[in-house]
Amino acid sequence: MGRLTVASPALIAMRRSITVERRVVMGGLLFLLGLVDALVFGYLAPKGHAVFTFTPTGAAVRVPNLSITPRPVDIGLGVVSCVLGGLYAALDMMTVARRIVATVCALALLVSFLCWAGAGRIPLPFVSLLATTVNSSIPLMLGALAGCLCERAGVINVAIEGQLLTGAFGAAVVASAFGSLWLGLVSGAACGVFIALMLGYFAIRYRVDQIVLGIVLDLFAAGITGYLYDAALVPFANRLNSPPTFNALKIPLLGDIPIIGPVLFDSTIFLYITYAVIVLVQVGLFSTRWGLRVRAVGEHPTAADTVGINVLATRWRNVILGGVLAGIGGAYLTIGSVGSFGKTMSSGLGFIALAAMIFGRWNPLGACAAALLFGFMTALSSVLGTIGSPIPSDILLMFPYIATIVAVAGLVGRGRPPKADGQPYEKA
Amino acid sequence: MTGDVAVATGDEVRPPQGSEPPAGQAGGGPGERGFTQVLIDAVTRGNSVVVTIAAFVLAIVVGGLIIAFTNTTVLHAWGNLFSAPGKAFAAAWDTASGAYTAMFEGAIVNPHAVSAAFHGGPISAVFNPLSETAVTATPIILSGLGVALAFRAGLFNIGAASQFIGGAMIAGWIGFAVHLPIVLHVVVAVIGGFVGGAAVGGFAGFLKARTGAHEVITTIMLNYVMEYLLIYLLGLTVFRRPGNPNPISPTIAKNAQLPHLFGANLRVNAGFLIALAAAAAVWLMLYRTTTGFQLRTVGSNPRAARSAGMRPERSWIIVMLVAGGLAGLAGASVVQGTNFDLAPLIWGTYNVYAITVALLGRASPVGTVLAGLLFGALRAGGVTMQASTQIPVDIVTVIQALIVLFVAAPPLMRAIFRFRAPRSGGEQLEARGWGG
Repeated sequence: MGRLTVASPALIAMRRSITVERRVVMGGLLFLLGLVDALVFGYLAPKGHAVFTFTPTGAAVRVPNLSITPRPVDIGLGVVSCVLGGLYAALDMMTVARRIVATVCALALLVSFLCWAGAGRIPLPFVSLLATTVNSSIPLMLGALAGCLCERAGVINVAIEGQLLTGAFGAAVVASAFGSLWLGLVSGAACGVFIALMLGYFAIRYRVDQIVLGIVLDLFAAGITGYLYDAALVPFANRLNSPPTFNALKIPLLGDIPIIGPVLFDSTIFLYITYAVIVLVQVGLFSTRWGLRVRAVGEHPTAADTVGINVLATRWRNVILGGVLAGIGGAYLTIGSVGSFGKTMSSGLGFIALAAMIFGRWNPLGACAAALLFGFMTALSSVLGTIGSPIPSDILLMFPYIATIVAVAGLVGRGRPPKADGQPYEKA
Repeated sequence: MTGDVAVATGDEVRPPQGSEPPAGQAGGGPGERGFTQVLIDAVTRGNSVVVTIAAFVLAIVVGGLIIAFTNTTVLHAWGNLFSAPGKAFAAAWDTASGAYTAMFEGAIVNPHAVSAAFHGGPISAVFNPLSETAVTATPIILSGLGVALAFRAGLFNIGAASQFIGGAMIAGWIGFAVHLPIVLHVVVAVIGGFVGGAAVGGFAGFLKARTGAHEVITTIMLNYVMEYLLIYLLGLTVFRRPGNPNPISPTIAKNAQLPHLFGANLRVNAGFLIALAAAAAVWLMLYRTTTGFQLRTVGSNPRAARSAGMRPERSWIIVMLVAGGLAGLAGASVVQGTNFDLAPLIWGTYNVYAITVALLGRASPVGTVLAGLLFGALRAGGVTMQASTQIPVDIVTVIQALIVLFVAAPPLMRAIFRFRAPRSGGEQLEARGWGG
């Protein structure tokens, strides 16, 4: 809004000036966070050390535990944050510098919070915190990537929630009935595609408002899975709702690296699928002819049509691909973690995935980073719950949702959706 | 009845121009064409009322197929299709029609209760299904009005649940913690409900106006925040029922309970009147005030509104305050009219109901009331159906989703029912992206 730019494009990309007001607000906020670090977490920290462990049971290499006395560390971090906040408000910094400052302040807040929460309690298992983060982010990442694929082609997908839910349902039922995990995975994807087909049919063919459509499809998915759950899965729970689950697959060598090995290379097939999909979608969208065409369709369908790209076919293809990804993400919820299906078990993950995609500015990598952030919040609340946190668990469970609100409220800048996002295309 | 039809046809979610025919005037439609011509046109071309009815019929048929073909008896009968073909169809028909009969008896009228009343049974049993429909419809209508109003300003308010909780929390707290004389207590608690909902809704509106945070995301996230907040509060001594280990609040005072309309045997209460009054108030606000005109303009074209000197940001905040207040009233109506205490899961599924009735009612106050009554009847009937036939009540959710899905796609309905093309304009929701 109202940015005055008189420099060359290259310079604009490097140094995007923000208004003085925004600078002061943001700097003041960082300063306040610094005060919170120093006064709330530092000064009021209970007696005792905060201990972090880095070695999960059965690891080949032992990493020594880290023991921190909260008060001096937190006050130090708070001072750093205050100084950086002051600099942020006073100086007209480059975009990169601003991002570094904001990241440092956020990390300072996180570390001082963890020291405060862990002070005088049982050791905080850092590796399992990160492993939970990565694993609980799988459905979020796949859902967000599904959103990227759809929206880059100009179709808003609010039905991710419904795709996760039907994917979870289909995977659990088929894996349970046929005793085959791979068949379960495939049918989870197929169920995601089923919702995607409805999305495409009504959005592309009948040009229904896509946000409305997505919400209705979420409702439909909740209704149909809830109905079938009560009608079939409860009476035949042994046959239809007791699926096996995928075992963790430890990658040789890589899985033995201290700290990052157990986090990144010792998980179910779903995590490895997610890695592959992240690379494929990122490279595909931004470095291939296919991706260029998809983005053209999402930005300016008429122009794309003029040069011979089939707009509707491109959209259909991406909506279906998105359905595959979200369906696999849903399958993770059952055959990748807990096994049996439960009513409305996606519990808003699809909407968080949508928020992650917006937060990540419609970029696959950005969306996954945002998904990991939300996953971290969830993992943090569960780990703090187990070590006995000073904050009530219900408040901890609000974390991911509040984080999402803060994120989309634009503290980190505003993204721009593809220009034709949500606009149905009709050949002139 | 014709008045309703005129409103429903004239009111689309985002009108291309800002001058809809006012409700209550049957002449709001075609003008020079006669009544018969209008009626024929309505049926052959499928105006929005006819499309809604057709969508309802289609959804009922699809729902019936789902009921029939997930029933083990029916599936067994179809397994023996070639030896006994008649049995297969009969079993399918019996299952589906049995479900819908039970639904009808639970929502409108039960013939057994009527015949019992003629033989000296209780009269109230005859009207009990209608009373249940009205009771179920009350919070649906109120929260639906909130969503509909926000639609008019071009906002997707998916936060009915959070606003509902905000209202229920304040209304409930005033109900059990404050002591006030009769009449005053009910009124204060209801107003508290409005304020509680308005605070939550207004926050989303404020975020949208100040930071541009998309309301779809913020309102959804606020739903979860408010759910956990309520559960958290119910664990505190201030909100906890003394001597009860469960997270449940004390029962609200008798003075704060909404009075029954037709005696203690029927649950229908003053909340239903509040819902109707709120619909009238929303209509007045939309069509008889400058604020309403501005927010409708902002809803149809924010850029044009801005260049005409209006401030969309102001409209967004106002509309979300009022929309939140309406959903808050829904929360108050549940706490003060039926539940009489606060407990987890009190928010139920009002969030999706609110959205679906607002869509089905095409974001008009009258349409929302009618859609709310329809969904209230489906829900009340669905509960009876589950009790008597063991068919899960979730089928009602499927039917609701299908109705809205079909209504949102008039071209599909035209293709299925062979309606001719509309004379002018379209009854389709105008598709729009994240830009708002």
